[in-house]
Amino acid sequence: MYRHFVIFLKIPENSTLQTVDFSKLLCYIKIVIIRIEVMQPMALSFFGGVHPKGYKELSCEVPILPFCPKTVSIAMSQHIGRPCTPLVKIGDRVSVGQKIGDGEGLCVPVHASVSGTVIAVELRPTPSGTDGMCVVIESDGRDTLCPDIHKRESIAELTGEELTAIIREAGITGMGGAGFPTNVKISSGLGKVDTVIVNGAECEPYITSDDRLMREAPEKIAGGIRIIQKILQPERTAVGIEKNKAKAIAAMQAALPGDVELLPLRVRYPQGAEKQLIQTVTGRCVPPGGLPAAVGCAVFNVATCAAIYDAVYEGMPLVRRAVTVTGRAIARPSNFSVPIGTLYSDLIEAAGGFSSEPYKILCGGPMMGIAQHTLACGTIKGNNALTCFSQADNHEVEVPHCIRCGKCLDVCPMHLMPLQLQRARQKGDLAALEKGNVMDCIECGSCAYNCPAGIHLVQSFRTAKKMLRDAKAKEAVK
Amino acid sequence: MKYEATNLTVSSSPHAHSKNSTAVIMRDVCIALLPALIAAIRFFGWRALTLTMLSVAGCVFFEWGFRKLMKKDCTVGDWSAVVTGMLIAFVCPVTLPFWTILVADLFAIVLVKQLFGGIGMNIVNPALAARAFLFSWPSLMSGSWVRPGTAISAFSTPSAQVLDGLTSATPMAALAENTLSAESLLDLFLGNIGGSLGEVSAAALLLGGIYLLLRRVISVRIPLAYLGTVAVLTVLFPLGGNDCLDWMLCQLLSGGLMLGAIFMATDYTTSPVTHGGQIAYGIGCGVLTVLFRYFGSYVEGVTYAILIMNCCIGFFDKLGVPKRFGLVRQKKKGGADE
Repeated sequence: MYRHFVIFLKIPENSTLQTVDFSKLLCYIKIVIIRIEVMQPMALSFFGGVHPKGYKELSCEVPILPFCPKTVSIAMSQHIGRPCTPLVKIGDRVSVGQKIGDGEGLCVPVHASVSGTVIAVELRPTPSGTDGMCVVIESDGRDTLCPDIHKRESIAELTGEELTAIIREAGITGMGGAGFPTNVKISSGLGKVDTVIVNGAECEPYITSDDRLMREAPEKIAGGIRIIQKILQPERTAVGIEKNKAKAIAAMQAALPGDVELLPLRVRYPQGAEKQLIQTVTGRCVPPGGLPAAVGCAVFNVATCAAIYDAVYEGMPLVRRAVTVTGRAIARPSNFSVPIGTLYSDLIEAAGGFSSEPYKILCGGPMMGIAQHTLACGTIKGNNALTCFSQADNHEVEVPHCIRCGKCLDVCPMHLMPLQLQRARQKGDLAALEKGNVMDCIECGSCAYNCPAGIHLVQSFRTAKKMLRDAKAKEAVK
Repeated sequence: MKYEATNLTVSSSPHAHSKNSTAVIMRDVCIALLPALIAAIRFFGWRALTLTMLSVAGCVFFEWGFRKLMKKDCTVGDWSAVVTGMLIAFVCPVTLPFWTILVADLFAIVLVKQLFGGIGMNIVNPALAARAFLFSWPSLMSGSWVRPGTAISAFSTPSAQVLDGLTSATPMAALAENTLSAESLLDLFLGNIGGSLGEVSAAALLLGGIYLLLRRVISVRIPLAYLGTVAVLTVLFPLGGNDCLDWMLCQLLSGGLMLGAIFMATDYTTSPVTHGGQIAYGIGCGVLTVLFRYFGSYVEGVTYAILIMNCCIGFFDKLGVPKRFGLVRQKKKGGADE
């Protein structure tokens, strides 16, 4: 709003009061009114959102420590798309970085994250809550590198296509949570993208893995950004970091090349959601059902950038990532660099075990994380944190009653009306759900976080989306 | 495995929740109503307190009893019955017999609120509906506005003969006859006037309103649109007094307008949720209030204005539906390119 008032006040500067161009003035007034009416996000911001307590102080000063587990359970499905087919069998010896699963179509390979022996290829629990095909490797503790791994001194002679192929072969997926294959994101954005946005917002409470990575390895992230720039040739590259990470901002400022902007962002959840970050940085809104490339943007997580650097310069596939183990039920909240597939039980042991009876254990943070039913899952590529709640974090309301306060509507960053959608879902009114654009919901959880009645709005909308999808599938069959 | 958790809770995200709850919000409303209650005790004596306490007790009891009887979950813990109880007392004259307020409580809680499904489901504001219902006894409701400063004993109901000596005309009655009241504007503002128990002191009600705004329980949209509309209409069309501003201020500060605009029209359940809808609703309440006050046979218009608007919130919600994310931009682009 401020920006517009400035424009508004500037008018008399250029022209005397007598010669004010009234049509122009009206136009400005109209814009101001439209801004206020539609509540269009102002500079460096987006509409709605909430401000949950961060709890980042629990682990933000703990350096990322390397962790070497005895066994890893590597899921074959770690990304959006088709699961990999295992390429190894029980008894095989594998080394770090060796490809153990690959597939056709929308699929990126999976690599062994430790060296040792394959002891099982079977269905095991995965963080998504279902059982999935996993390759279980018993580590020999030596972390022998795969002989195929070679360092590169220079990337000057590599073309964009070759670089994208390297990124695919390294098994890189979006590491912020959704796990979209990075090579697909890059190739679908070729020629359309004028703005590359690097996401260091880390707006989820508790999680500090990106914060630590930006403090400890900013040059890797900067190197990764260089590679993306080389492939996509954007006009503008911006790194967005929430203002509460002052040390990360300082470290990144020192490491980033001059042509990359660093934008300190307002601390507000979901600042790091793809659509909201694009809106914040460029003012553009991704159209319903569209990809960021539709508005000329591509968003990469800072951890993804570091992984791209490792893949291209070190030749190292994505086999390790930083994971924050935190929460009030954890004795020593910490950040670890762990091989993909490290079991949750091992991680919790490394963080000093439970300090109190755990109530919920989440893969990810409290706003979008997935509640786990067992600790036998292995970490996946998009798994940035393991948050353990104690009974003190229990906010369950037994029978919630909507009081129509409209607080869900005030915070929805996607301009939805959660309370109307909730009523439509309860009635099973598919037409109203469709009309209310329930498919636009990004499941950020702002509405349910803010609901004084404690209604499980996100769960309800997930159900609603499934109802709509099922109905569409049925129609298609007919 | 050393660490195996067996008793984990699994549920959909989000797993964090703000500290806000229905009970916290309703408690805030009660706190915001306290200045007006203190003012009422100051102007009308301790009977204001006993009447309010009785009304709260009645509402809570009927809420608890009805839910129990219907074998539903107990919703007394959300404090909404307390708010209703306080508001019912606030819209009644301080001399109202004790039995009458219990009847009003029963009507508000059981008929208006619970029969429609309880909290969040009622169509009209229970406290205002109870006030409208109480006009079945016009002699009790509008015939006996005691003068402020009359200390009425806490536990007795004054008889009709005693009352005759204590009552005075309210500023509203004067306005209805197109004249300004005898009281000064300062008296009107502070509440040193005759009227319903909680509605007299605009200052105390505004104080409560500011508290609610600061606590973000209500937004400024509905009260401002409501009061603003009344102000504009009365300043444009004064019916009496020498100065249209005096007339406007008298209209704003008399009767139940402040209580209605700050505490009744903003009731979540019976007001629109969309921002545009809230503004339109506030304007509608204002227009109806002025129409009732100018042309109605009864001197006060706030109650019926809000009750009528309560019934239209489905329409108002449709007025301000937020524009779909991703479509807004294209429209704005067109505007900016002009």
